[in-house]
Amino acid sequence: MNLVPEFAAELLSFLPAWVQAVVWYGVVALVLFISIILMMAFLTLIERRVIGSIQARIGPNRVGPNGILQPFADVLKLLVKEIVIPSSANKILFIVAPLLALIPALCTWAVVPLWPGFTVADINAGLLYILALTSAGVYGVILAGWAANSKYAFLGAMRAAAQMVAYEIAMGFALVGVIMAAGSLNLGDIIEAQRGGFFSYFFWWLIPLFVVYFISGIAETNRAPFDVVEGESEIVAGFHVEYSGMAFAVFFVAEYVNMILISALTSVFFFGGWLSPFDGWPLPSWLAWLGAPSFIWLFIKVWFFLFCFLWFRATFPRYRYDQIMRLGWKVFIPVTLVWIAVEMLLAHYKIGPWAG
Amino acid sequence: MTITEILFYAFAAVLVVAAVGVITARNPVHAALFLVFAFVNSAVIWLLLEAEFLAIVLVLVYVGAVMVLFLFVVMMLDINIAQMREGFTRYAPLGLLFAAIVIVEIGSVVWVKHLGGVQESAAAIAQDPDYSNTRALGELLYTQYLYPFELAAVILLLAIVAAIVLTMRRREGIKQQDIAAQVAVRAQDRIRIIKMDADKASEQTPATETTAGAPQTEAQR
Repeated sequence: MNLVPEFAAELLSFLPAWVQAVVWYGVVALVLFISIILMMAFLTLIERRVIGSIQARIGPNRVGPNGILQPFADVLKLLVKEIVIPSSANKILFIVAPLLALIPALCTWAVVPLWPGFTVADINAGLLYILALTSAGVYGVILAGWAANSKYAFLGAMRAAAQMVAYEIAMGFALVGVIMAAGSLNLGDIIEAQRGGFFSYFFWWLIPLFVVYFISGIAETNRAPFDVVEGESEIVAGFHVEYSGMAFAVFFVAEYVNMILISALTSVFFFGGWLSPFDGWPLPSWLAWLGAPSFIWLFIKVWFFLFCFLWFRATFPRYRYDQIMRLGWKVFIPVTLVWIAVEMLLAHYKIGPWAG
Repeated sequence: MTITEILFYAFAAVLVVAAVGVITARNPVHAALFLVFAFVNSAVIWLLLEAEFLAIVLVLVYVGAVMVLFLFVVMMLDINIAQMREGFTRYAPLGLLFAAIVIVEIGSVVWVKHLGGVQESAAAIAQDPDYSNTRALGELLYTQYLYPFELAAVILLLAIVAAIVLTMRRREGIKQQDIAAQVAVRAQDRIRIIKMDADKASEQTPATETTAGAPQTEAQR
């Protein structure tokens, strides 16, 4: 098995094979993390500008041209702020909790196919790996709430735990539908199964599952309208009420990285990831580049879903807690179960994508 | 030692430390977290055995779901640690007895396996890169072991239904939202619009009559 591509193997030829692999994947992971964090930084700026424009105001536009340097100013501000550890907090868990929120969010990117033929770790059970890691992300929130030794933080943590466990089930069922359509757990294979242009994306046959998946994704990342975990009008700021400075910023980063991740996964599972929507269409030769699969297509799709995140936040009022629970357990899970049954029939009678 | 062996011993050592932590930690929340850590480490050891499906499912089910709920409950309970320790000396002999029984059982299983000469299958057999553990497991589960698998699923479903039935009870005096009733509400059920001749009342009738009329309309609502 060839772990390291040839050009890197040549550069590192003085090292033993396993050290080469460690160095190569270390560099890849570093580049990937830095690009995701940069994307996240600009997402915060774009969020404020987009919501500003939806609410008919301007948003941050002072730092740099059009406010483009605002994220760096924010980071600088958070860096110089003191990290206050409450005297009765559980110190170790209080510091570990933000890391437990961030690490799973970043690690999940390892199995996301970024462009044709490139995935950091092209593993067979990629979809299961994603489910496992996203479900592990809840620990950061729970522990933050518990370790801070504050009632508000604790209430936020309890809400987070119940909400994330509830929506994970609906999410998992929605993905069962994707697995049934693609016949594989490998994310690259799932994309390949959607080849053939815009109309052969899974989205068309799995619309209910797509809706359930995306809304569950919003609930899973604790974004508005499902942000009762933070609920500043009832529980101040929920689980991170006691955090300040960079410790708070790490939670913030984790939330935004998760948003980008959910957008990327939605485009991979339902919108063909890096496949072009014009794939296989009879295009004139000067437009042939439009049909080629590339990273750009994934990038556009990801930003579309990120825009949806911001759009929903600016549009919908916050759900009440019992209504969130009702939506998760009594609406989404039955919908996914029914649609999996429908899909079973479609697959059995070879209709739609199962015709071939 | 190969790199795999080094990794195995490293993770096994951490696993043992975490397992010891589960039973020695004073704080129940810490004990639960040590258990999570132990699960993660055993998942890594399964990965080293090339059983990636089992490893990922261990993390997905136990770390992601079971332990979250466990932690949820442990955090919510107000556990009195002093009270919990009270009976320690009384129950210690019983606990030791059970520990001894479990050790003997595990030992006998290892011994029987050893006699049968299944040593080779116990070691990880390197597979070619195209081999999918998940596929192999799925094929076995849905062909050879279909009936046991379905039975297990039905038993689990039964357990879920039973758990829901046990905890479901109607309590009086709780305000619950009935979405269907809310959606079915019509304006006629809630308000009644009454026509009143406003100018006529102000012209002729004395003030007492209009004030008498006001509570009446309120009561009609």
